[in-house]
Amino acid sequence: MVKFSVKDLNIWFGQIQALKNVSLGIEANEILSIIGPSNSGKTSFLRMLNRLNDLSPGFKTKGSLELDQEDIKKIDVEDLRKRVGMVFALPLPLPLSIFDNIAYGIKMHGLKSRAKISAIVERALKQAYLWDEVKDRLNVSAFKLSGGQQQRLCIARTLAVEPEVILFDEPCSGLDPISTAKVEEAMLKLKKDYTIVLVTNNVKQAARVGDRTAFFLSGELVELDRTEKIFTAPGDQRTDGYIRGKFG
Amino acid sequence: MRNTRRSQKIAFFFLFLATLLIVIPVGLIVVIIFQKGLPAINWQFLSDMPRQGMRAGGIYPAIIGTLYLVLGAIVFALPIGLLAAIYLSEYAKDNLLNRIIKLAIVNLSGVPSVVYGLFGLALFVVFLKFGASILSGSLTLGIMILPIIITTSREALESVPQSFREVSLSLGASKWQTIRHIVLPNAIPGVLTGTILGLGRAAGETAPILFTVAAFYLPQLPKSIFDQAMALPYHLYVISTQVPNVDEKVRYGTALVLLTLVLFMNLVAIIIRYNFRKKKKW
Repeated sequence: MVKFSVKDLNIWFGQIQALKNVSLGIEANEILSIIGPSNSGKTSFLRMLNRLNDLSPGFKTKGSLELDQEDIKKIDVEDLRKRVGMVFALPLPLPLSIFDNIAYGIKMHGLKSRAKISAIVERALKQAYLWDEVKDRLNVSAFKLSGGQQQRLCIARTLAVEPEVILFDEPCSGLDPISTAKVEEAMLKLKKDYTIVLVTNNVKQAARVGDRTAFFLSGELVELDRTEKIFTAPGDQRTDGYIRGKFG
Repeated sequence: MRNTRRSQKIAFFFLFLATLLIVIPVGLIVVIIFQKGLPAINWQFLSDMPRQGMRAGGIYPAIIGTLYLVLGAIVFALPIGLLAAIYLSEYAKDNLLNRIIKLAIVNLSGVPSVVYGLFGLALFVVFLKFGASILSGSLTLGIMILPIIITTSREALESVPQSFREVSLSLGASKWQTIRHIVLPNAIPGVLTGTILGLGRAAGETAPILFTVAAFYLPQLPKSIFDQAMALPYHLYVISTQVPNVDEKVRYGTALVLLTLVLFMNLVAIIIRYNFRKKKKW
C-alpha cells in the first residue's frame, strides 16, 4: 500500500531551487532511507512531508504530494503533523520535564485525563527503550539527560502522538555508536506499526536499516531501489561513486 | 611580540578608563544624594502631608501619587505592549509595512518626553475629557513606555530558539498553542527586563505628568483615578525652583526617596526575573 505518493515535486526557497521534479512513492510499513551529500535536498524533501517547509521564508512549491491519496495541502496542517511525526537531527527536548516533553503533544490535542496521559507516556518511553533509565525521575528537566537519551526522548515524544509516519532527519548525527545502535534498534522494531522515512548522512546506516534506499543529488532523485540492490549493483554511476565515498 | 602586548595594554587602559568615566559620575550622584538626603528621612517625612508651603512636613501624597501613576502605566502598557510584541515577532510577515512599523516603534522610544506630555494633554485631558487626573497621567506615561516594552519583549520572544517552535508544531500543536506554552514562558524574563526599564522611566519622568496629572500642592490623597495627584519628580522640581527657602535636606530627601523607590521597584522585578531564570531549563 502506498502511503505517500509524490509526483513532479519542485520546491524553491527564494531564488534557490531545492528539489527538481522528484517523483516517488513511499510504502506503508517500510523504512525508506534517503542518502545524498549536503545540499542534495534530502532534508527539504523530508520537511515537505509534514509541511514544515511552510515556515521558511520565500518557500514555494509545485507538483503533487498525497498522503493516503489525499492532497496534503487539503489536510488540516495540525492533523497532518499529528499523522506525520518527526525526529530532528539534533536532540531537541522542549524546556520541560521528561514527563511533560512526552505528554506535550497529546495535551495540546486536548487529552485531559491524567491517568490516560500517564499511561501513554509510559508506553511511549518503553517503545523508545528509555523507560527503565528514566522511570524514577520523570519530573527532572529533559536537559539533564545525555545526548543519546535525549534523542530517544524525542522519539518517544513523537510516538506518544501515535502518528502513522515518522520522519527521521539524520537522527544519529550527534550520537556515539552505542546510542546510534539503540536508535536503529528502535527504528527496526517500529516499522511493524509505522512507516518510516530516514534521512541520513551515514551510508552504512542506510544499508543497515533501510528496506529501500533513495539517492538524492543536487535536488534530484537519482535512484530509488531496494537497499541490497543500491549497495551491491546500483543502476547509476553517481550512486556508486557516492556510496563508495568517492565524493560528497 | 612586545608590540602586541603593548597595544593590548593600551586597549585595556582605554576600555577601563571609559568604564570608570561612566561609573564615577553615577557613583557620585548616589553618594551625594545619600549624604545630603539621609538626614531628612524619618517616619514623619515619609508619612505626613507637606506643611508650611512644602517647606516642612512630609511628602506622603507625592510618594502615593507616583506609585499610582507607575502602577497605572504598567497596567495599561504591559498587556498591550506584550500583545503587540507577540503579533510583531510571531505573526507579522516580513514586508515593508511591518518593517516600517517596527522601525517606528524603535524610534518612538527616542521621542522627548515633553512631546508625550503634550500629546497626553491633547488626547486624554482635553479630547477625551479625563481632565488633569491620575487616569490621564497613567495613560500618558503608559504610551511613553510602550515602545520600550514592545522592543524588549520582541527581542525576548525572538531569542527563544526557532527549533522549539518547530518541535512544538511538528507534534501537531497549533501556532497559538506553541506561542502560549513554549515561546511565552521562555520569554518572560526578557519581558520583565523591559518592564523594569519602563518602570524606572515612568517613575522618574516629569514632563509627561506636568500637563496631565501633577498637582503643585495638594495636601490630601487622591480619592479616585479622576483626581489630580502630587508626584515625586514634579514635587522635586517645584520645591527646587518654585518655592523659595526650602531646606536643602528636604530637596535631597525627596530625591533620595524617588531614587530608592525606583531602585526598590527594579529590585522586585530583578528578583522575579531571577526566579524565572532559575527555572529555565536549557
